[in-house]
Amino acid sequence: MEHILLRHREIPDINTVSGYKKNGGFAAFQNAVTKMTPAQVTDVVKNSGLRGRGGAGFPTGMKWSFIDNKSWPHYVVANADESEPGTFKDRELMEGNPFQFLEGLAIASYAVGANAAYIYLRGEFWELASFLDEKIAEMENEGVLGDKLFGGEYSLRIYTHLGAGAYICGEETALLESLEGKRGQPRVRPPFPPSFGLYGKPTVINNVETFTNVPLILEKGADWYKSMGTADSAGVKIFSLSGRVRKPGNYELPFGTTFRELIYTNGGGVQDSRAVKAIMPAGASSSLIVVNDEKILDTPMDYATVRTLGADLGSASVIVIDDTVSMDWLVNKTVHFFRHESCGKCTPCREGTYWMSNITERIREGHGKPGDVDLLLNVAKQMQGKCLCALGEFATMAVVTGIERFPADFRKAVSPSPRSPLPMGEG
Amino acid sequence: MLLKKYPKEVKQILSKYPPEHKRSAVMPLLFLAQREEGYLTKAAMQDVARIVDISETEVAALVGFYTLYHDEKGGKYRMQVCTDLPCALRGADDFMKNLCSNLGIKVGETTEDGFLTLEAVTCLAACDKAPMFQTQGPEGIKYHENMTVDRTMELISVLKRSGREVS
Repeated sequence: MEHILLRHREIPDINTVSGYKKNGGFAAFQNAVTKMTPAQVTDVVKNSGLRGRGGAGFPTGMKWSFIDNKSWPHYVVANADESEPGTFKDRELMEGNPFQFLEGLAIASYAVGANAAYIYLRGEFWELASFLDEKIAEMENEGVLGDKLFGGEYSLRIYTHLGAGAYICGEETALLESLEGKRGQPRVRPPFPPSFGLYGKPTVINNVETFTNVPLILEKGADWYKSMGTADSAGVKIFSLSGRVRKPGNYELPFGTTFRELIYTNGGGVQDSRAVKAIMPAGASSSLIVVNDEKILDTPMDYATVRTLGADLGSASVIVIDDTVSMDWLVNKTVHFFRHESCGKCTPCREGTYWMSNITERIREGHGKPGDVDLLLNVAKQMQGKCLCALGEFATMAVVTGIERFPADFRKAVSPSPRSPLPMGEG
Repeated sequence: MLLKKYPKEVKQILSKYPPEHKRSAVMPLLFLAQREEGYLTKAAMQDVARIVDISETEVAALVGFYTLYHDEKGGKYRMQVCTDLPCALRGADDFMKNLCSNLGIKVGETTEDGFLTLEAVTCLAACDKAPMFQTQGPEGIKYHENMTVDRTMELISVLKRSGREVS
């Protein structure tokens, strides 16, 4: 199947203005601005069934329709903070197919009446930010960005903004704080960004991949988009496949593709032909799916079906864990990450991640006591439902599901027998 | 003085944000101020604070919060290796260990000649290309992916010779 998002794989010059235009580029934006009302644009996106690709899966058109028209100006912000361990799709999209992303951002801006849009990139995307600045300048030269576009009244400027290393800035209100020049700490919600966003003004924030879907939805229609994927999850998704597979990478596939097709048909199977022990379908913040039965691999990947396995599809960052990995090692890794990235604003997350990492580190080093596993589970459960934002919740997912779904790994880890010399322990 | 040294850059950064919200420029200005020394001195932070009209304390709070700002001198280059879960599943921990023994330093330390500081960092969004690291140096930030220890040592010697980065 031809790509809809990763089109640069078939059309290498799609990152040039001429290459993009040759393939229908900017026509959707021009058509929207000259022939459609903002509400009509939003309706097409609503009808397409497009849901946010950053992880939460919120219906995109609905989010746009929440924008508060009593308060002005409006802003649109692209979340290009991509920092979830296991996620690496937005970088490839922006590098390979930058104009489709920028055009989607422009269409969204028109739909909600914003004359300024910001792209918040994680600070590590330093080179990518300069690259996007060049692409934005090329669009201005081409007359598809700037003042009074296409002979009408609508004007739009797009700006890049670099973060400086903080996972929490992927949380939309922390991102806004950071963009305002403050520490990236989440706001108390409500109010939500469509009524109180950047500089306290109505703001729509979407993920890079979400925006990149938009130009073709406008060009080919909502029905075309809905014809792909499943009833619950329309369209295509970029699955970032990583972990113990032979061919890790980004795979653009329709929702409803099975884990088996992703891991074996696309990803070339597991390294050293080992068995899949577990899958984290949404990066490090994911619950662990137990693969103790081959049939689990035949589960279709869409938001609703993955939930039946006790996990969320989230941003579809599929980390494959094979049977050489011990879950006490894995949980120590994820907890260490969240402890480092906790912003410190709310107590359950700041303290909870600290205590959890002390225990997981102790267990990992072979100094765990029999009561430690229960204590760890207890701390994680104390955190759940009490944190200001999702980060605190995410920090507990692998801990709770690791202990509950792989009890033998933890029993072994705290038993007095000598530890395995293997770096990741034995399964 | 940042304004005197980089008048064009400061103006360009400030032009991205509404004039009444120039505080938004603080982060890009800190990157600019950090460019030459590789870390932020107290004077540099005061300078940035003055341009965006906030207190030095608020600027220092940002420097402490975000990991890409440094308030202490490090090596000319900071080599930041991702050791998070997906990279570790592809051998990042072993890579780091071998790198340490090749360089004769521990994680967090700087080589004797002051050229390189080795750091373990969290996810850099390149999980499919591990082992990987980024270098933070005078030319900005650069990714190095699908690395081996041999290629890394080669990169370091080329960097030392040319003073420029290669990929």
